Amino acid sequence: MDPLSNKWIIHLLVCCVFVGVGCSSVDKKIYVNLNYTVSCVRLLNATHQIGCQSSLSGNSPLFTRSIMMKLKSSSRRVAGVAVVAPNTNLGEAFSPHTTCPNENTGVYSETYDPALANCNATVWNPLGNGLSYEEFDFPIFSLKDDNDTQVIRQCYLDHNLPVNGTPQYPLCAMELYSHMFAVTDTATCMRRSDTDFSINPEMVCDPLGDYNVWGSTRPVNNTAKGHKMGESVVIAAARLDSRSFFFDIAPGAESAVSGFVTLLAAAHALRDIIQEAPPNRTILYTFFQGETFDYIGSSRMVYEMENDQFAVDLDNIHSVLEVGQVGLRNDSRLWLHTDPVSRKNDSVNKEVVELIANLKAAATNLSVAPDEPGVSQPLPPSSFQRFLRARSIPGVVLEDHKSEFTNKFYESMYDNEEYLNLSYPPNLTPEEKMEHVTERAKALAEVATLVARALYKQAGGAQNLLDKIQADPQIVTQMLYGFLVRTNNTWFQQLIPSDFVSHLTNGPPNLYVGAIQQSSEPTILVQFLLANLTGSTINITRENCQNQKEDETDKESKHIYSYWWIQGAAPPNSTEREGYCVRSSARLSKAVSPAFDLKQFTSKDYSTWAESRWKPIKGRIFLVASHELEMLTLGVGVGILVTSLLLTYFISAKADIIFSSGREPANATY
Amino acid sequence: MTASVFFGCTFIAFGPAIALFLFTIAREPLRVIFLIAGAFFWLVSLLLSSLVWFISVQISNKENAAQQKGLLIFGVVLSVLLQEAFRFGYYKLLKKANEGLLTLSQEETMPISIRQLAYVSGLGFGFMSGAFSVVNILADSVGPGTIGIHGDSQHYFLSSAFMTMAIILLHMFWGVVFFDACEKQQWWAVAAVVVSHLVVSCLTFQNPGYVASLVPTYVILFLMGAWAFYSAGGSLRNLKLCLTCKDKDFLLANNRPR
Repeated sequence: MDPLSNKWIIHLLVCCVFVGVGCSSVDKKIYVNLNYTVSCVRLLNATHQIGCQSSLSGNSPLFTRSIMMKLKSSSRRVAGVAVVAPNTNLGEAFSPHTTCPNENTGVYSETYDPALANCNATVWNPLGNGLSYEEFDFPIFSLKDDNDTQVIRQCYLDHNLPVNGTPQYPLCAMELYSHMFAVTDTATCMRRSDTDFSINPEMVCDPLGDYNVWGSTRPVNNTAKGHKMGESVVIAAARLDSRSFFFDIAPGAESAVSGFVTLLAAAHALRDIIQEAPPNRTILYTFFQGETFDYIGSSRMVYEMENDQFAVDLDNIHSVLEVGQVGLRNDSRLWLHTDPVSRKNDSVNKEVVELIANLKAAATNLSVAPDEPGVSQPLPPSSFQRFLRARSIPGVVLEDHKSEFTNKFYESMYDNEEYLNLSYPPNLTPEEKMEHVTERAKALAEVATLVARALYKQAGGAQNLLDKIQADPQIVTQMLYGFLVRTNNTWFQQLIPSDFVSHLTNGPPNLYVGAIQQSSEPTILVQFLLANLTGSTINITRENCQNQKEDETDKESKHIYSYWWIQGAAPPNSTEREGYCVRSSARLSKAVSPAFDLKQFTSKDYSTWAESRWKPIKGRIFLVASHELEMLTLGVGVGILVTSLLLTYFISAKADIIFSSGREPANATY
Repeated sequence: MTASVFFGCTFIAFGPAIALFLFTIAREPLRVIFLIAGAFFWLVSLLLSSLVWFISVQISNKENAAQQKGLLIFGVVLSVLLQEAFRFGYYKLLKKANEGLLTLSQEETMPISIRQLAYVSGLGFGFMSGAFSVVNILADSVGPGTIGIHGDSQHYFLSSAFMTMAIILLHMFWGVVFFDACEKQQWWAVAAVVVSHLVVSCLTFQNPGYVASLVPTYVILFLMGAWAFYSAGGSLRNLKLCLTCKDKDFLLANNRPR
């Protein structure tokens, strides 16, 4: 076997969707349930359905587009596919996303600039094979648990390897349950889920969505919506979500984590200087959810700003600085992407040039060299595009790539901590690992420093104070550890209220945005990180803190600030945590596509992605008997039934004679 | 496995019982009632033995494998003894019921003979015990898989079905022999029934050596069948007469419509 097939073995096995039976001892003798299975689920938008519906015997070395498409075209014979995820990353590139992410909902439409529409100028993700956007009518599972993989491999080797050319029965088989309820498109499934007409509505799909996280350097009254007089806001944005082919694994290390961790570190670096020398503009940190699925979060925020449902409106926005994928910088360069179309307007261009100048000025004494790609190049996929769609706002998107993505695993399960090369020395305890400052953390801290300084300058801060702004690599490394290795670490535990501790897991969080009902782990974590890193600890009682007031009579503060009782750390010689109250401007705002509020399920402007509901996802392996044995069983059964019918008829017809002993009448007379 | 296995096993296990029910019981309401009552008596015996079993497992040491095995054997023996005790109780009840039926009846003779009762109640016992021993296995046989992923024999379903068929028929024969022995007060025959029941039940401890359990069971089945045949009034001569079609009644009965 070549090394690749060692890593990547796909067992394609017979399976079907079946109604489950209870688990009896006989059941245990037949089936081995797979513990850790991750399925690909069905998603729908205005026009299409993608993902898997409900497998083949064989062994195939690679999970590539060509193989999957071959399987798709022969799907009558394929009942399901189980993909064994390797423990180490692929050597070669793999991106199941499209070559032009979010191509129809960004700013570059035919009407905006025909030359730039549909990635005509730059193909951002040339490695994308579009696998995530294909529809499969068989289930595809990823198996992560090594024990499971071993059981399957052993079962396969024991039973399915051909002896003298043909495999001998019983054969090993696998059954994958992932029945998806929704079909066709979002309009169809939302109509079927419509609660208006049915007493007991059965939901078949849910809109994708969650919450955006935002916070500001100067508190903004969140109760009074719409335009704020005299307020000028610099938006600092990053995206929170990612995806992969399988719904439960979305590490998004480079595509999301690198960006939002940088922005969080920058926000932290700005905390003290803003209290000492507040600049005249407000910096609004925003973390958008669901951006992978046609900009759910940013389109919602822009929609709210347009309709006076947000704390500020579009007129308040001075400029936008977005932190994109910044984890994998080559030769220390950072690329400042701008929109060529809006820059044709002189006033906008002037602001953009000024912002670029601020960014370059911020880079002095740093090992980061900001650079501009060609002026004619459009923006990469970014939340800023949604702002531009509404209005010509000056803005810059920071990326580590000049044209196409550096990220070889864009929106795939391999875009993980290993790809970001978080190298920890061996033999460290989890605690030491978290504290260990990696090279990657240092590099990102540099970027964070640049972002912080540029934001300060952009907000009107003094040039001479810039050198005092310094992002802390320690904080960056802790965040990277938390978001890429395990969220259930002591630092995260200290920063969240006790109610949320159950959300922490021993692995990296899943950055898939998910359906609106479930609040996703990264949203909660980023909210509390932002609260802790930008807010301040105030000395009030727990009760007042939880009731959003600073003292008994306070009724105003809750409009301005949000208060959280953080569980804090335990002192060295105690097990009792010492909680404290954090006052910050960090808040959540809805990230649900306006299409669902407007009931425009075929909208071309807004995201229409919905997730199908499904029956419990599980997989099990078992042996199947040969057709001959089954037919033999049936034949013997029918034979016995017919024989006994004939025999009984004969005996009961002659019972009088057979059982006539003379003493008594026969017992089975007829 | 699949539906074909399910139906195959069902026909094997219950085929003879269904045929007997259809041709000898279904048309007479009184027999149906006694069949159901017999099934009920068997169920009550199972309830009692499972209660004892449940309590004894609760108070035993669950880690100790030898103790659990001993408990299992104890449970089987207790269950067999209880079943036979209930068979005796049912016999006593039927005797009383028959007297009552006689007083109610317009006719001089009993509407149902004690031999017929023996056969019907035995089949009732058989139906219920067969159902309990095989239904959960049949339920799992519908699924796509077969036994064997942990190295067990894949003939499990087939042998379970044959075992069940034997148990059902044995209950019927035991019923006939037992009631006849009680009528004639031949207590050694009652003891023989109890002992053979114990032997058959304990043979299942031979599983998964299916040959070792099935072959002796079928030998016992054949012997009990012959015994029941004789105690029900059958004889070789009658059988010969029947097979060679020399009996006049039979010919008459068949010729009448013509």
